[in-house]
Amino acid sequence: MGNNAMDGAKKMIGVAVAAPVKFVMGLPDAPLRLWQRLTGINGMAVFFLAPNMIVFGVFVLLPLFINVAYSMTGGAALFLDNRVFVGAEQYERLLSCENFADPNSCVEDGFWIAARNTLFFVIIQVSAMIAVSLITALILNRAIRGRSFWRSVFFFPVLLSPVVVGLIWKWILQRQGLLNYLLFQFGIEQQVWLIDRFWAFAAAILVSMWAHMGFYTLILLAGLQAIPRDLYEAAEMDGTGPNRTFWRITLPLLGPNLLVVIVLALIRAVQIFDEVYVLTGGGPGTATMYLTQYIYEVGFASALRNPGLASAASILMGGVLVILTLLQLLAGRRGEKKAERE
Amino acid sequence: MTKAKTLLATLAFGLLATTTALAGEVRIMWYSDGVEGEVLQDLMDRFMVDNPDIDVIIDNVSYSTVREQLPVQLEAGSGPDIARVTDLKAQSEHWLDLTPYVEDADYWRDNFGDQADWMRPDGSDAITGFMTQITLTGGYANKTLFDQAGIEIPGPEATWDEWMEIVQQVATSQQVPFPAAMDRSGHRISGPNISFGANYVGADGLPAPIDDGVKAMVSRFVEWNAQGIMNPEVWVSASGTTYRAAADDFINGQLVYYYSGNWQISNLSTKIGDTFDWVATGSPCGTAACSGMPGGAGLVAVKYTKNPEDVGKVMDYLASAEVVKEFSERTLFIPAHRGVIAQGLQFQSDDPQVNAALSGFVAASASTDPNALFLPGWKWAGTYYGALVSRTSQVIAGELTLEEAYERMDADIAAKVAEISR
Repeated sequence: MGNNAMDGAKKMIGVAVAAPVKFVMGLPDAPLRLWQRLTGINGMAVFFLAPNMIVFGVFVLLPLFINVAYSMTGGAALFLDNRVFVGAEQYERLLSCENFADPNSCVEDGFWIAARNTLFFVIIQVSAMIAVSLITALILNRAIRGRSFWRSVFFFPVLLSPVVVGLIWKWILQRQGLLNYLLFQFGIEQQVWLIDRFWAFAAAILVSMWAHMGFYTLILLAGLQAIPRDLYEAAEMDGTGPNRTFWRITLPLLGPNLLVVIVLALIRAVQIFDEVYVLTGGGPGTATMYLTQYIYEVGFASALRNPGLASAASILMGGVLVILTLLQLLAGRRGEKKAERE
Repeated sequence: MTKAKTLLATLAFGLLATTTALAGEVRIMWYSDGVEGEVLQDLMDRFMVDNPDIDVIIDNVSYSTVREQLPVQLEAGSGPDIARVTDLKAQSEHWLDLTPYVEDADYWRDNFGDQADWMRPDGSDAITGFMTQITLTGGYANKTLFDQAGIEIPGPEATWDEWMEIVQQVATSQQVPFPAAMDRSGHRISGPNISFGANYVGADGLPAPIDDGVKAMVSRFVEWNAQGIMNPEVWVSASGTTYRAAADDFINGQLVYYYSGNWQISNLSTKIGDTFDWVATGSPCGTAACSGMPGGAGLVAVKYTKNPEDVGKVMDYLASAEVVKEFSERTLFIPAHRGVIAQGLQFQSDDPQVNAALSGFVAASASTDPNALFLPGWKWAGTYYGALVSRTSQVIAGELTLEEAYERMDADIAAKVAEISR
C-alpha cells in the first residue's frame, strides 16, 4: 500500500515536471505544421538549415563579397563608399611580372616573395607534419607504457595560443636564448638561429609543427582505432609482415582520415601567420614572410598600406586554396572508387 | 514584493549610473617608452578627484598598436577620445579642433604654436593638441667601455665614418659582440641621411626621388651591417616597416654605441642604473651636417569623440604649465611648452648621467638641419620612412642590391602617392 502511494507520488511529480516541458516543446508544433503544409517537406529542410545558413552568410559570405568589392577599389579611405572604383587594377598590379620565378621582376615583389615562401613552407611543412603525425599516431596506438600521458604530451601544444608558442620559441632560439646557452655549456659553436635565412625557415617549420601536430595525431589515432582488429589478426595468421600490413591494411583504411588531415594541414599551412610573425617578424629580410603576413602588412600595419591591394591578394590566396582543396577532394573520391572496384 | 521593488530600483540605479559614467568618459590611448604612463595615471587620478563627473580611462598600449591599429580605427571613424601619436601630420584630418572647447585658445597658441602645424592639415589654424615631448635623435656611448679601452669618445665634429671606426676598436678591445646599432626605423636613419645632404621633399611638396645624400648614408649603413659594425639583427630581424629598438642590447652592455633618441634617457637611466656609465653624444656628422631628426609625440584629441567638452577639459589640464612641468621633470622629457622652457626645469633624477644626457641633446639640437626640421610637419614623411626601412633591410639581408633598393624605394613612394591621390 505504502509502495503504491510512493509510485503515485512519483508519477504526479513526473507529470508536474513534464507538463511545462511538454508545453514549451509543443509551442512550435502548430507553426511548424503550418509551414510544412505550405512549403512541403523541402520547406522543413530549409527551416532547419536557415539558422546555420544565416550565420554562414553573415560571417563568411558577406565578408567575402565585401572583400571582393574592396579589391576593386583604391584610395586612402577605409569605408567602401568613399573609395574609388579601379576595376581589376589591383589584380593587375599583383600579377604584373616579367618573370614569375623571379619576384624581383614583379611590380609587387613582396607578394611574390611571400607566395614563393608560402609554397616552400607548405610543401615541406605539410609533408613533414603528416609523416611525423602518422608515425606518432602509430606509436601511440600501440600498448606502450604511459600511453595516456604521451597522448597528452603531444596534444598539449595545441591548447596554447599561437602568440605564446611564438614567444616560447623566440626565447629558446634568440641569440642569447636557451638553446645557445646549452650549446655554450657543451662547448658547441652558437648560432644566430633567427637571423640566418636557412635556420629561420627551419625554425618556422619546426615551431608550427610542434604547435599543430597533436591535433592531426589525434585525428589519425582515431582512424587507427577504428580499423577492425580482426583484419590484423587475419593478416598475422596469413603470415603477412608488418610492412605489408601497414601498406595494405593500415594506410588504405586510414585514407579518409588522412585526406582530412591533408586538407586541414594544407589550409592551415597556407594561412600560417601568428606564431611565425611573433617568432621571426617575417625576417631575416623577407625569408619567413608568408602570404597572410604580406596581406596583414599591406592592409593594416605598413606605413605604405593599401587595403585594396591587400584584399586582392587575399582573394587570390583564397582562390588557390579552393583549387587545392577541390583537387584533394577529387583525388580522395577517385581513391575511394578505386578501392570499391578492388 | 518589496524585494522585487528593491531589486528593480537597484537595477535602474545601476543602469543610470552606467549611463552617467559613459557620458563623462574620456579614453586616452597611450604608449610609453619609459615611466610616462605611470606619471600620466598619477596626474589623471588627481584630475578625477577635482572633476568627479569625468572618468578618464587610460588604455596603455604598445607603440606598434598606435602605429598599426589606431590609423585603421580612425579611418573607420572610431578610436579613443585622445591619443598619443607620433605620425601626427599624416592623420591630421582625424584630429578634433579644440578651439571651441579649451578655456583660452591664445594660451595654446602662445605656448604650443611652434609645433601646431605638425598636427593639423596644411593651411588650417586648428588647435588639435600639443607635443608631450620634443625629441631629437642622437647617439649614446657606453663610456665605461671607452674608458676601459683607453680610447677617447669622439667629439661633436666627428663623422659617421670616424665613429664607426672608433667603436669598432672599442668593441674589439672589450670583446663586445657589436660595436653599434641603430633602431629599425626610417625616422632614425633620416637624420644621418640629411647629414649626408639628403632632401626628401620635391619642389612640388611631394616626395623627391632618392638622392645622393640618401645613397651615401644607406650604402654606408649596409656596409657597416655587412661588416658586423652595426648589429644586423636589428634591421634584418623583421620584414616590412616593423619597428625594432636596439635599446636592450645597449642596456645589456652588448653595444658600444647606440643611435636612437632622447626619449630613451629615462629608460636607460632606470635599467642601466650604476652598471656602467653612458653619455649622449649627439649626431655624428656627414658631409653636409651633423643633424639628428626632430620629432616627438603629440597628444591629440580625436574628432570622433562623443564628449568634446570633457576632452577639452582633460586637454586643458594636461597642457597647463604646472602639469607640463611636472610631467616633463618626472619623465625626463624635453617639453614643447614655451613658458615652461623659459621657466627652466629641474629634472627629477638622482642619476647624474641624466642631466648630462639631456644637456647633450639640447646642445645637439643647435645643429639640426633645416631639412630635418621640416619633416615632422610633412605629410609624406611616414611614406618615405616606410620605403627606406623596408628596402634597406632587404639589402642588408642580401635580397636586393643597393641599386635595386633605390629603385624600389622610389616605386613604393610613387605607388603610395598615386594611391592616396586618387
